[in-house]
Amino acid sequence: MEAIVKSFFFHTGRYFLMMRQVFSKPEKFGVYKKEFFHEVDNLGLNSLPIIAIISFFMGAVITIQAAYGFTSPWVPIYAVGFTARQSMILEFSPTMVSLILAGKVGSNIASEIGTMRVTEQIDALEIMGVNSRAFLILPKIAAFTLINPFLILISMFLGVIGGWIMGVITHVVTSYQYQTGIQYQFDPGNVTYALIKATVFAFIIASVSAYHGYYTDGGSLEVGRSSTKAVVYCSILILVFNFLLTQLLL
Amino acid sequence: MLELKNINKHFGDRHVTKDFSCKFDQGKTNLIIGESGSGKTVLLKCMVGLTQVDSGEVLYDGKDFIKMSIREKQHLRTEIGMLFQGGALFDSKTVEENVIFPLAMFTDMTQEQMLERANFCLERVNLKDVNHLYPSEISGGMKKRVAIARAISTSPKYLFCDEPNSGLDPKTSILIDKLIKEITLEFNITTIVITHDMNSVMEIGDKVVYICNQQKWWEGDNKTILHTDNKELNDFIYVSKFLRELKEKQA
Repeated sequence: MEAIVKSFFFHTGRYFLMMRQVFSKPEKFGVYKKEFFHEVDNLGLNSLPIIAIISFFMGAVITIQAAYGFTSPWVPIYAVGFTARQSMILEFSPTMVSLILAGKVGSNIASEIGTMRVTEQIDALEIMGVNSRAFLILPKIAAFTLINPFLILISMFLGVIGGWIMGVITHVVTSYQYQTGIQYQFDPGNVTYALIKATVFAFIIASVSAYHGYYTDGGSLEVGRSSTKAVVYCSILILVFNFLLTQLLL
Repeated sequence: MLELKNINKHFGDRHVTKDFSCKFDQGKTNLIIGESGSGKTVLLKCMVGLTQVDSGEVLYDGKDFIKMSIREKQHLRTEIGMLFQGGALFDSKTVEENVIFPLAMFTDMTQEQMLERANFCLERVNLKDVNHLYPSEISGGMKKRVAIARAISTSPKYLFCDEPNSGLDPKTSILIDKLIKEITLEFNITTIVITHDMNSVMEIGDKVVYICNQQKWWEGDNKTILHTDNKELNDFIYVSKFLRELKEKQA
């Protein structure tokens, strides 16, 4: 138990010390800007296909399951559309998609930086006089924190569309009923809540994965371990912060 | 000039460098030799600050690197070039981008000037038509040469090479050695090479320091090393039967 507590404080302290270096003044703004746009493409736009496919089909499944569950005559059928919208906006898109991205983006960041560590590329940066923490991590955090809310918005949209299309095709709901449902008691505050969650989760994914990659020690086996650790810790932190933010914002 | 004074380094209970002191002169190739595990690479990492020393001084032109602030260290490091064992080229960048990187980071050169400088450095290490290839597309010897080109692109005052010949065939090894020697003379830099390759010692060893039992055991040059009566050093040099027989014949 003592070892776990010690390890917790050691890693927390080292994480915050690393973050202090990450947010120090860049040596050359132009070079960082180029890296930032590279990361927007690498971490954000490359994640779009998987998000689109998952969101579309998840919206469809939520719609069919809602229709299956609402058997009471007291529940109007447009509640199917309402349920699909609320599920996508409040929980599925910001939280579940972020958990999926913790796997894809988190392992990508941890293994990329970890490989740079074990092949001495980070040492090479340090020898040149480059602040390696800032150069490698800041563009990733900035890019992913900025792009993730847009990815989540696209996920919400595609999820609702997926529910609509598949709901109509499978005849569980009519187009009119679904449209009525998705407009029923719409609160834009829910979208704001989801986007705040998306931003916080993106920061967690980028920074925690980068931490595990940066402090990789050893060879290819350790790169794999860092990558796994990054996904596990990101997932746990996302669930914890999901609870905290929900408690605070709703 | 680079001077080390009483450098000590432990890893747990293991003493990897004991009271190491030495001076490395400008315009010369200074070689540190020794068996695997004798602490050569740790010593090199202590010199450039990648590993913290337990005690001692690392003096760059009289200024102690260990006592410098982070900013001062970062500034000094812009005057340092380093060739790592595996090259340590950035995988995601092309050869040209690798060489340009330190220029883009620390100079106010225009894109044309940086390209011109990169081409000059690549030509200097005898590399042509590789500008747009990635490190994974070139051979081990070419990687080492790109790493040298990157190291010299900012005209450093100090060049550190960690086993530049490891994994290379004898012919390419000698080419790399000669290149290091030529660059040292041409740009009048202080070069420190970690190696256990006796060919390198004989080719470029203006100054040779032998490390044994984690401390400085012998100091001299490539002219005196073959005639030393130091037992441990002789055991290191004449490790093969062929060389022992050759020495006996010469004697």
